[in-house]
Amino acid sequence: MASDFPQTQVGPSSKERKYDRQLRLWAASGQQALEESRVLLVNSDGPWGDKSTGVSGVVGVETLKNLVLPGIGGFTIVDPAVVTEPDLGVNFFLEDESLGKSRAEETCRLLKELNPDVEGSFYSKTIAEILKEEPDFVSQYRLVLLSGPIKHSSLQSLCSAAKTPGVPVLYTRSVGFYSAFSLQLPAVFPIVETHPDPESTQDLRLLNPWPELAEAEASISNLDSLDDHHHGHVPYVLLLLHYLETWKKTHNGNLPLNYKEKTEFRDLVRSSARTNNPQGGEENYDEAVAAVLKSLNPFSLRSSTREIFELDECKNLTASSPEFWVIASAVSEFYEQHKVLPLPGSLPDMKAQSADYVSLQNIYKTKARKDIADVTKIIRRTESQLGRSVEIPEKDIEVFCKNASHIQVIRGRDIPQVDGDAQTQKRIRTELNNDESLIPIFIAFQVLDIVVTGIQEGKYPEGSLDDEAVWSSELDRILGALASDNSPPIDDDARDRILEAARELRRTEGGEIHNISSLTGGLVAQESLKVITRQYVPLDNTCIFNGIRSSSAMYNL
Amino acid sequence: MATADRWTHLYKVLSKSGPFSDPDWVPGDETIKSLEESKILVIGAGGLGCEILKNLALSGFKDIHVIDMDTIDISNLNRQFLFRQSDIGKPKAEVAAAFVEKRVKGVKITPYVGKIQDKDEGYYMQFKIVVCGLDSIEARRWINSTLVGMVDMDNPESLKPLIDGGTEGFKGQARVILPSLTSCIECQLDMHAPRPAVPLCTIATIPRQPQHCIEWAHQIAWQDKRKDDAFDSDDMEHIGWVYNAALERSKEFNIPGVTFQMAQGVVKNIIPAIASTNAVIAAATTSEALKIATSCNPFLENYMMYAGEEGVYTYTFEAEKKSDCPVCGNLARKLTVNGDFTLEEFIEMLGERPEAQLKKPSLRTEEKTLYQRFPPQLEEQTRANLKLKLRDLLTSGQEVAVSDPAYTIDFRFQLVFA
Repeated sequence: MASDFPQTQVGPSSKERKYDRQLRLWAASGQQALEESRVLLVNSDGPWGDKSTGVSGVVGVETLKNLVLPGIGGFTIVDPAVVTEPDLGVNFFLEDESLGKSRAEETCRLLKELNPDVEGSFYSKTIAEILKEEPDFVSQYRLVLLSGPIKHSSLQSLCSAAKTPGVPVLYTRSVGFYSAFSLQLPAVFPIVETHPDPESTQDLRLLNPWPELAEAEASISNLDSLDDHHHGHVPYVLLLLHYLETWKKTHNGNLPLNYKEKTEFRDLVRSSARTNNPQGGEENYDEAVAAVLKSLNPFSLRSSTREIFELDECKNLTASSPEFWVIASAVSEFYEQHKVLPLPGSLPDMKAQSADYVSLQNIYKTKARKDIADVTKIIRRTESQLGRSVEIPEKDIEVFCKNASHIQVIRGRDIPQVDGDAQTQKRIRTELNNDESLIPIFIAFQVLDIVVTGIQEGKYPEGSLDDEAVWSSELDRILGALASDNSPPIDDDARDRILEAARELRRTEGGEIHNISSLTGGLVAQESLKVITRQYVPLDNTCIFNGIRSSSAMYNL
Repeated sequence: MATADRWTHLYKVLSKSGPFSDPDWVPGDETIKSLEESKILVIGAGGLGCEILKNLALSGFKDIHVIDMDTIDISNLNRQFLFRQSDIGKPKAEVAAAFVEKRVKGVKITPYVGKIQDKDEGYYMQFKIVVCGLDSIEARRWINSTLVGMVDMDNPESLKPLIDGGTEGFKGQARVILPSLTSCIECQLDMHAPRPAVPLCTIATIPRQPQHCIEWAHQIAWQDKRKDDAFDSDDMEHIGWVYNAALERSKEFNIPGVTFQMAQGVVKNIIPAIASTNAVIAAATTSEALKIATSCNPFLENYMMYAGEEGVYTYTFEAEKKSDCPVCGNLARKLTVNGDFTLEEFIEMLGERPEAQLKKPSLRTEEKTLYQRFPPQLEEQTRANLKLKLRDLLTSGQEVAVSDPAYTIDFRFQLVFA
């Protein structure tokens, strides 16, 4: 307990003061993960003809701004473009003096000014040139940001270069009032600290108290003889346990389980409050009454957790299994033994005397520690069976056990393509039947990708960015591919919605509007932070933003 | 020519209709000219304000004003990207304005270091649009009621669209208000309920949480031991004192978990804030400003909320205008209360009820003054009423006018006894 009470005043360091507002979200562990990460931004891939330098790369730069400020370890910008006048009207991290210079160098210089703790470097050439010289270039980064639209071959080669070492990729596009981005995660991406709403993680075990908790209940068997002050300060958790015992006596030892029984039980609790006092009631009884419906539920394992326990990674451990799976497997074994997960051990605040609350809290904490010890025992046994030489740190086991009920595993998928795998196509077809869906915007972006690829490969002239005939024929090719396998053809309404979205995209001929790119840079940075810190739950896997209606949607494509 | 070249991308949406722009809209030079002539006010030069200023400058606005009373603190640097270590202590509005003016050529940004309450209707009348990036509900309510009060139905220029943004951690919201025509900030007040305060008796006698020990040190021990020093939450020595006092108390009651960071969070009521959420919300507000100023696309009607903890979640809806809104409605807002409450208890409740949130109210009915804080003579005359029960002062259903020094208007409530 000594460590719970520091003896001397420890004021925050200047770094803690600078990062105070974010440490309250992802704590020192998240900050450390950020500071150990380098991010690669591939911010354009060559010009689209003589007049256009290609992607302006505002989303990329704005995303980096939002990562440099909270203090990532470093970043690298790959961008072959030279700064032109139109860049200055849309990119805040360039200045008049930047005209004619390397955009990679200039944006790198002005981004570095934001935070002296962050390293920045740049390459004024294309990613293809770099990958040719250094095939495993990508593996030194924790995350790749890719600013589109870019030609298909570049997208493919970068995505596969990142896939082998398991580096996540965020592919973004922002044109006019629309944007879209997709996240390619490794095939298995587990998250322990998902930060669910604290209400949803409350686990009080009132229906199956362990012996020490049941004992605490027995200590208030003299409830009726307590004076008003003490009666009004019995913690509601004990009140509920007490009246459950009362209930069982008149119900053949059964607990109130269905809704009707629970409301009857709630009436029993409510009617037991003393009302002949100046307040006309008792707060602790009010709290007990309010907790009945949400707290008197038998423990049940969330289906997402059950699925994780069923995965091969969890069932067939090897000496090189990642730590997550070794702990998950032990927690799964714990669950098989006890039919409950390790107790999180937190107790909500409630009306009570200080000492009574603290001792009840200690009963929960002690049980949580005991569960962690049980899980640790299983892990140590497994480690020696598998011949693992390095023990999993106790701190990691503890964090896992506290969050066990809400762990998640995302099954990463490739950056989606309309002509890609069957699952993507099926989901797109389903969405096209919904006239509120934002999927037409995604398809319009796919057409844009194709048109840009056509321009970069010399198939189309530069003016095709706003050429109705080119867009229309490319769209029909996509729709044809979508409808091919035994499915009904895409109807005209859906086609019209896509054409409408395409018209809005053509309006700026591939150009970015600063507001939309800045907003998208905020969203993309948010997802980057979640991927890097492995806290909270990242996008799975595509987000579309419509700046005309100020709405967004997520699709698993 | 250089200008047109520089604004290539923006000018495309201003010079060409889209499938969703109004059919009657005339794109082109007129639209660009009217955008450049739109004087726009930004309230707040903090996390949202820095982003808003950058975005407006890169949206083609040329005449931007910004108000902020604060100076730059080290804890701003993780998101307020126009400020550097060497700017700590300088006024936010001035540093932010100078930075954006220097970076984006041709934009004029006029800073005012002070409170929004320093300015009168004549000042606010000069703007076409007001964009708010504030962390204070009080300031939002003040500007909202001021702009609603300025609306003159015979003068369309008197209606100033108010675009408001707010963030907390990974969450935020953006909303568009057309004062007197659409749902206003006061109509939506109960959607932003304050955190319930910890009862004083818990703090004074039965603490259970580390936060209770900190509240005790801040509210009770400080008064007891150092009442001659005005408590300053920015003074590290003061926070350190509170932390140590809280730590002592927590040992006495065996309550673990008091930390310096928590002490600071509790006494300053710190809300977590990050660059990325600010970027999302600020850009949502400025995107609406551009659409309203140019009609290049329809604007938001009228509320967008964002939550980023689990994937990307947004929800867009039309908040309702309320006829019993104290600011833009014409009916008194109904409040159901216990008639046995004393006036003092009712006043305390007004501070906490989500639909009121009035901290220093004075109250009167049509016939008599119930309680008046200023001047002191009147306070003395009405003080005795504080101990009386509501049902001895009023009849159920009676209307009460409430004023509060934080606002220029009266709030009308109809008190119905439960």
